[in-house]
Amino acid sequence: MAISRVVLFLFFWNAILWTPARSDLVILKLDRKIDLTSQTVRVTSSLKIENAGPSTASKVLLAFPSHQARNIAELRSFYREGKSKVSSDQLRVELVEPQGMPPDLTFYAVQLQKDLRRGEILNLDVLAVFTHSLKPFPEQISQTEVQLVVFQDSAYYLSPYVVKVQSLGVKLPSKNVESFTKFENSKLIDSEIKYGPYENLPVFSYTPIVVHFESSSPFAVAQELLREIEISHWGNVQVTEHYKLVHGGAHNKGGFSRFDYQSRPFASESSSFRHLLARLPPRAHSVYYRDEIGNVSTSHLRGDSRKTELVIEPRYPMFGGWKTSFTIGYGLPLKDFLFQSEGRRLLNISFGCPIEDVVVDDLIVKVVLPEGSKDFYSSVPFSTKQWEEIKYSHLDIAGRPVLVLKKTNVVPEHNEPFLVQQSFTAEGASDASFWIFLLFVAYIVFMHVDMSISKSSASYISKLQWDEVQTSLQHVLSVINRCLAVHGKLEASLRDLSRTGDVRSCKAARKAADSVFKELLKELNLALGSLQSSPQAAQIWPKVEELVAKERELQERLILKHSSVVDSYEKKHSGREIENRIAAHEQKLVALRHEVDDLIEILDELC
Amino acid sequence: MAANEEPKGAGALRNAFGNILCFFILLLIGVIAFSIRLFSVIKYESVIHEFDPYFNYRVTQFLTKNGIYDFWNWFDDRTWYPLGRVIGGTVYPGLTLTAGSMWWILNSFNIPLSVETVCVFTAPVFSANAAWATYLLTKEVKGTGAGLTAALLLAMVPSYISRSVAGSYDNEAVAIFALIFTFYLYIKTLNTGSLFYATLNALSYFYMVCSWGGYTFIINLIPMHALLCIVTGRYSSRLYIAYAPLVVLGTLLAALVPVVGFNAVMTSEHFASFLVFIIINVVALVYYIRGILSPKMFKVATTLVVTLGITVCVAVVAVLVAMVASSPTKGWSGRSLSLLDPTYASKYIPIIASVSEHQPPTWPSYFTDINVLAFLVPAGIIGCFLPLSDASSFVILYLVTSVYFSGVMVRLMLVLAPAACIISGIALSDSFNILTQSIKVHLGKLLSSASVAGDSTSENSASQTEPKASKHTPGEKSEEITKEKQPKKNRKKEKEKEKGTVEKVSNKKQSEKRALILPLEVSVVAILLIVLLGAFYVIHCVWAAAEAYSAPSIVLTSHSHDGLHVFDDFREAYAWLRHNTEVDDKVASWWDYGYQTTAMANRTVIVDNNTWNNTHIATVGTAMSSPEKQAWEIFNSLDVKYVLVVFGGLVGYPSDDINKFLWMVRIGGGVFPHIKEPDYLRDGQYRIDSQATQTMLNCLMYKLSYYRFVETDGKGFDRVRRTEIGRKYFKLTHFEEVFTTHHWMVRIFKLKPPKNRIRGKVKKSKSGSKSNAANKIEAKGRQNPWH
Repeated sequence: MAISRVVLFLFFWNAILWTPARSDLVILKLDRKIDLTSQTVRVTSSLKIENAGPSTASKVLLAFPSHQARNIAELRSFYREGKSKVSSDQLRVELVEPQGMPPDLTFYAVQLQKDLRRGEILNLDVLAVFTHSLKPFPEQISQTEVQLVVFQDSAYYLSPYVVKVQSLGVKLPSKNVESFTKFENSKLIDSEIKYGPYENLPVFSYTPIVVHFESSSPFAVAQELLREIEISHWGNVQVTEHYKLVHGGAHNKGGFSRFDYQSRPFASESSSFRHLLARLPPRAHSVYYRDEIGNVSTSHLRGDSRKTELVIEPRYPMFGGWKTSFTIGYGLPLKDFLFQSEGRRLLNISFGCPIEDVVVDDLIVKVVLPEGSKDFYSSVPFSTKQWEEIKYSHLDIAGRPVLVLKKTNVVPEHNEPFLVQQSFTAEGASDASFWIFLLFVAYIVFMHVDMSISKSSASYISKLQWDEVQTSLQHVLSVINRCLAVHGKLEASLRDLSRTGDVRSCKAARKAADSVFKELLKELNLALGSLQSSPQAAQIWPKVEELVAKERELQERLILKHSSVVDSYEKKHSGREIENRIAAHEQKLVALRHEVDDLIEILDELC
Repeated sequence: MAANEEPKGAGALRNAFGNILCFFILLLIGVIAFSIRLFSVIKYESVIHEFDPYFNYRVTQFLTKNGIYDFWNWFDDRTWYPLGRVIGGTVYPGLTLTAGSMWWILNSFNIPLSVETVCVFTAPVFSANAAWATYLLTKEVKGTGAGLTAALLLAMVPSYISRSVAGSYDNEAVAIFALIFTFYLYIKTLNTGSLFYATLNALSYFYMVCSWGGYTFIINLIPMHALLCIVTGRYSSRLYIAYAPLVVLGTLLAALVPVVGFNAVMTSEHFASFLVFIIINVVALVYYIRGILSPKMFKVATTLVVTLGITVCVAVVAVLVAMVASSPTKGWSGRSLSLLDPTYASKYIPIIASVSEHQPPTWPSYFTDINVLAFLVPAGIIGCFLPLSDASSFVILYLVTSVYFSGVMVRLMLVLAPAACIISGIALSDSFNILTQSIKVHLGKLLSSASVAGDSTSENSASQTEPKASKHTPGEKSEEITKEKQPKKNRKKEKEKEKGTVEKVSNKKQSEKRALILPLEVSVVAILLIVLLGAFYVIHCVWAAAEAYSAPSIVLTSHSHDGLHVFDDFREAYAWLRHNTEVDDKVASWWDYGYQTTAMANRTVIVDNNTWNNTHIATVGTAMSSPEKQAWEIFNSLDVKYVLVVFGGLVGYPSDDINKFLWMVRIGGGVFPHIKEPDYLRDGQYRIDSQATQTMLNCLMYKLSYYRFVETDGKGFDRVRRTEIGRKYFKLTHFEEVFTTHHWMVRIFKLKPPKNRIRGKVKKSKSGSKSNAANKIEAKGRQNPWH
């Protein structure tokens, strides 16, 4: 949107301003320095511009060939005051499409803070950072060979303005230069190639130069980097970075010999790299470094109060064209990065990749805000693509809002802090307490719900009935047991009688037993009644009936025996006679008692 | 004693305390079982171990990513190239499904655990479960005390730890739990006669079938026990309920598992269960008929049926024998056969014999793996005979069979471990019981003599009778035996007293008990010794868990004077393959590294640890044992791009490919007879020094392993074989080195593309022996098994 507005704006103003501005500005002096020591090409130009025309100028145009412009990662411009003082104020630089310009050129316009009036002079510094501008040549080298790269640019500064005096310096990583385009006023001093000075060149002067030189700096390119910054209001910012790294230099050919690599560590490391250095924020903790198959054990962490440095070593030395992928993660104290103002929370954290000298092709930064965050927006010092997502983790209900920022062609210059503002309400936040509550509810429900399959099912009813049968059966058995106990008492009284001859106490015992028997009979009938009515009892009913009958018989016999003994005592029969009289009874009693015991045992097992 | 004095309420309270104590002890046992297995994570990292777990992990990843239906239909084209493998139909899915559903449940609660983490911790979680299952099983056999002791022993038995440390994500991890739990449910059904438990038992058996091929152990052991019960006259309806539903439901369910399928009714491993099923039905019928017929009639019927039955049986057995005999392996799978006949594998199947865990164990390995349990087991067996119940006879049978199996294969030591733990638990708990009881009695006497209170002596005698009474009920529900559950005993005692039968018996028991009371000093010393033994066991287990069994084997460490050194070469190589080769490239290596290559490097392999196709493995073995050119032809015909060899000579890693090489020769020679083992041996000795045979020094494995090795120290001293290598300087013509890891442990070579044909023709015509060359090619073609 911003761009379209700019385009519209330009379209409107072009007719009035543009054509004169192009010719009116004159570059009095231009100093251009190209730094080729690393894989990113940094071009610093200092311009001294005079407005020679009648009208005021509000912007300065910068021109790049389109093939170069594609690789521009960053373009910055500053005012320069005096010799080396550079103001920290960055000027706005925008992509523009002025009319009437040669094709295959891309233009950027530096918006001046203050219009440049006629005759005024302006000092401007422009920094342009290019990626993928060093081409390895030859494209394939063997393990022991040295990597050579080619860089192409113009000896003259490509500009829509007339340049009065200009010079160019190309800084190389080493003295070993394979070749460079010889040109007037060009010379190689140490590791720097100088072109110029050249004077009074017309607009759009262009003379290609080629530098072919030795470069042993690591060409680490992260094809994809996903940074996930997760804010937890418990006091932690968790950063997780997933890298897909490739060595962007000359491809390795003819295999890899570990022997050659180990025997000549310095020579062979020229085209490969082994370590990467990540500069993490101070007080980073819980640092880990792993990939999809586990922890990578080759890493070192050192740090003090001002910085934390993590040296990571990929699983294998990286040769040209080799790829790897890994993940590093660390926690940061929340109070270092989250600030509060006017009820809003402000996250201030660095945007780019913490690893030194890495070019990132596609960088995605995901800021995971706590559940319940609202009205959040970000302010990033450069243009990014943005959208929102929802992420669920750690027992979330509503999910956490995620702000996603995407940028291509990221260089270390982008390692700047950015801001995310948010307002946070506790209502939207659900935490573990919700689940604990749910657990309680579930428990309560569980305790109050009858889990049996059905109350009316046949099996359930039969089970109930069976329970009833069992209780009444137990009742019957207990009654019978009591009867048997009374029997015991009667027998005891008889024994006492034979010992003491106290007929009266024996009779009393008999009387008591009779009354107990009556009571028990009542109880027994009650229990039997309920037992008989139940269909489930049909199986055991005959046994119970038999038991009751036998017991009654036993009882009768016993009473008979008792009365006959007492009778005999009263009639003063001799012991022998008494025994004769009751012998038959005794025999029967023992047999009956045995049967009753058997029956009780059988029924007992059923209970 | 105190409980005795107090009214019933106090007894209930004490019971409740006992239960809570028991619960917390079990909880702690679970924690111990889980945490003793975390040494590997703490000392190394949270990573999947060894070989098979990597395959399981890969399958789990597939399951969680693609869902259950795709999983059943998964045809894996990353392995056994060019044949592929139907994973869904050839894998025991129990472990995968368990971990997969654990992951799914966690993730549906938005708990962000990765599949890898879940897989790593599956084994420890299930060992806690196994400890609890052991408690249940032993409780059914001998009561709570023995149950807790057995659970504690199992929680840290080294044999089980060796298979279930965190990261050892293998079938055994869940299978041992399933095994014990199935046994528990069987015993529970046997004790209760409940059809509910019988059904659960079948389901648990189903889970076991899903989890591990060792389920055949269950389906043979339980019939053996049922048969034992029948033979010893212990048949009851409970036995029928415990056995018959298990066979019927269990077999039906087992047939549902794709990898088992019709094997559940077709292979000999399952015949025992069907035979016993028939027998138990006959026995049940006989009991039924005896119930309804008068004794005379029954005798007549018996003679009739026996004559008829024997003829039918003979006929059936004849048919069965004929059927079994008609199949070449007699209906038994190779692994089962090697169980029955320990010499079978070494004679006929080198591929089974080549696996170290299929070798018979040595005596020291018994000591490392079950430690003091080996000495406690005999005592426990005596404990099981006092009194002998259905349940305790089962435990004895389990022990005896598993001792035999563990003697055949070191891997089956794992099956022995639970049995040893249960029986040792019984031994420990029984001896503790007797000793503490003796001390109690002596202390009571001391107290009473001091206080001269008549009451306390009577109490003492009462307390003495109690445990005896409880010990008394042999065949009945063993849960009531529990020595700690005082109130139950009290109740029982009261009941018995009511019946008026108890007095005589208790007198008898009292005399028995008197005999078990040991002198005070002896008891105290014995308890101290037992505690010492236990402490020794714990120390040994912790040592085993921390030192012996925690190494993940893909990361090696060594301690040297300058500290810990990590050898992470395997993952270095796999990561390199993963990132720097084409997705469709085929990698050839010995089958040991197949699973790891597919899982970690995500590349297609020729053979892997599944070893289902002997010919294919023999082809790779042949290639490794052939000279370079023939090997190149074989590999090229298999579309192989890279060859991976493991070489330990530089750092002294003993289980490398050179040490496994004779197996490659044997397996290769078993299929392709031109590879002859004697060609690689000098006077029957395997050597790689200057005395080695020419065939050995020319074979591909030698060349790939030692390529440019001599340049490291100038002599080529192999630290594993402790000798200088025989052939030091040579060049590779058909392979080129593309990657070697930091410690040279893994070396990857690439097949060079074939040379330009025109040049070759020119050369041939120059040499002028066209027919000769053609002959040579033909001869070579014959040697190459793929032509």
